[in-house]
Amino acid sequence: MLKLLLLAVLLVLSPLAAAVDAHQMATPELQNTYESINAELRCLVCQNQTIADSNAELARDLRRQVGEMLTQGKSKQDIINFMTQRYGDFVLYKPPFKGKTTLLWLAPGLFLLSGVVTVFFVVRRRKTAATRVSINTEQQKKVSRLLDEGDGV
Amino acid sequence: MLKYLIPLAIFTVLAVFLGLGLKLKPSEIPSPLIGKPVPVFSAPKLDNPTQNLSAADLKGQVWLLNVWASWCVSCREEHEVLTQFAQQKAVTIIGLNYKDDPAAAKNWLQSLGNPYDISIMDQDGRIGIDWGVYGVPETFVVDKQGIVRYKHTGPVNAEQIQTIFLPWIAKLKAEA
Repeated sequence: MLKLLLLAVLLVLSPLAAAVDAHQMATPELQNTYESINAELRCLVCQNQTIADSNAELARDLRRQVGEMLTQGKSKQDIINFMTQRYGDFVLYKPPFKGKTTLLWLAPGLFLLSGVVTVFFVVRRRKTAATRVSINTEQQKKVSRLLDEGDGV
Repeated sequence: MLKYLIPLAIFTVLAVFLGLGLKLKPSEIPSPLIGKPVPVFSAPKLDNPTQNLSAADLKGQVWLLNVWASWCVSCREEHEVLTQFAQQKAVTIIGLNYKDDPAAAKNWLQSLGNPYDISIMDQDGRIGIDWGVYGVPETFVVDKQGIVRYKHTGPVNAEQIQTIFLPWIAKLKAEA
């Protein structure tokens, strides 16, 4: 039982031990760029992780590539271009806005707009429904008479 | 009437999109390399590391680049299909031995058969990055001009050899 408990605790703690090995850059500025690039590139093996988060072999190689290119004086854009030429836009966590991705980028706005339009019409219909209920005094009398009669049943 | 038609329309649109979504394979990333010249490489041969093979050496012929490794489980699955296919001598097959130990790789070819006309080594995975390799095995079809025309990710099976690769090879061999 104690062994099981120990195992459970160790398993829970294991992500701490698996912290991703990080490249150490020469200056703090380079280190910042290095980390920000890694956080924008997708690990293609484990598709929902960035290469900064992933321990996959490929992620390690891509981090090495980023580090080397930065040391060679390449800009962030150079490195992003290098990666997209090889792996396509899919490697970017933030896809560029272009023909193919128009719908992707505009969809949230369109959904919001359609929601607003729906709410507008629903509210308006409720209002008109509420006004339609108002009746004149004669109808009012009829209603109360009918209600009274109903009491007798 | 409209009250019933609108939900029906929404349902139909959703069903179509979700249905299409089921058929997508998110693990297959389209290669930006298709239609582009092969990445420049020059790599030592597995059986003779003092000799290099480069893309220029293969100009004028249709060839396949098969990315493999002895540590790769699905390569083993593919290997039998590939060795059988190689016996037809339909096309030049180049093996890119990706991030592998040369001794283990040689061993693998010796015990399981060697489908490759030439195998080259990419021990640190740099050639792999240039080709956009992310999931071994991968197979590229290259034409006589050295343009990448088709990429297959994952193990190739016998049916795919017949329905995908042989038609591509025939087509590219007919080109000038």
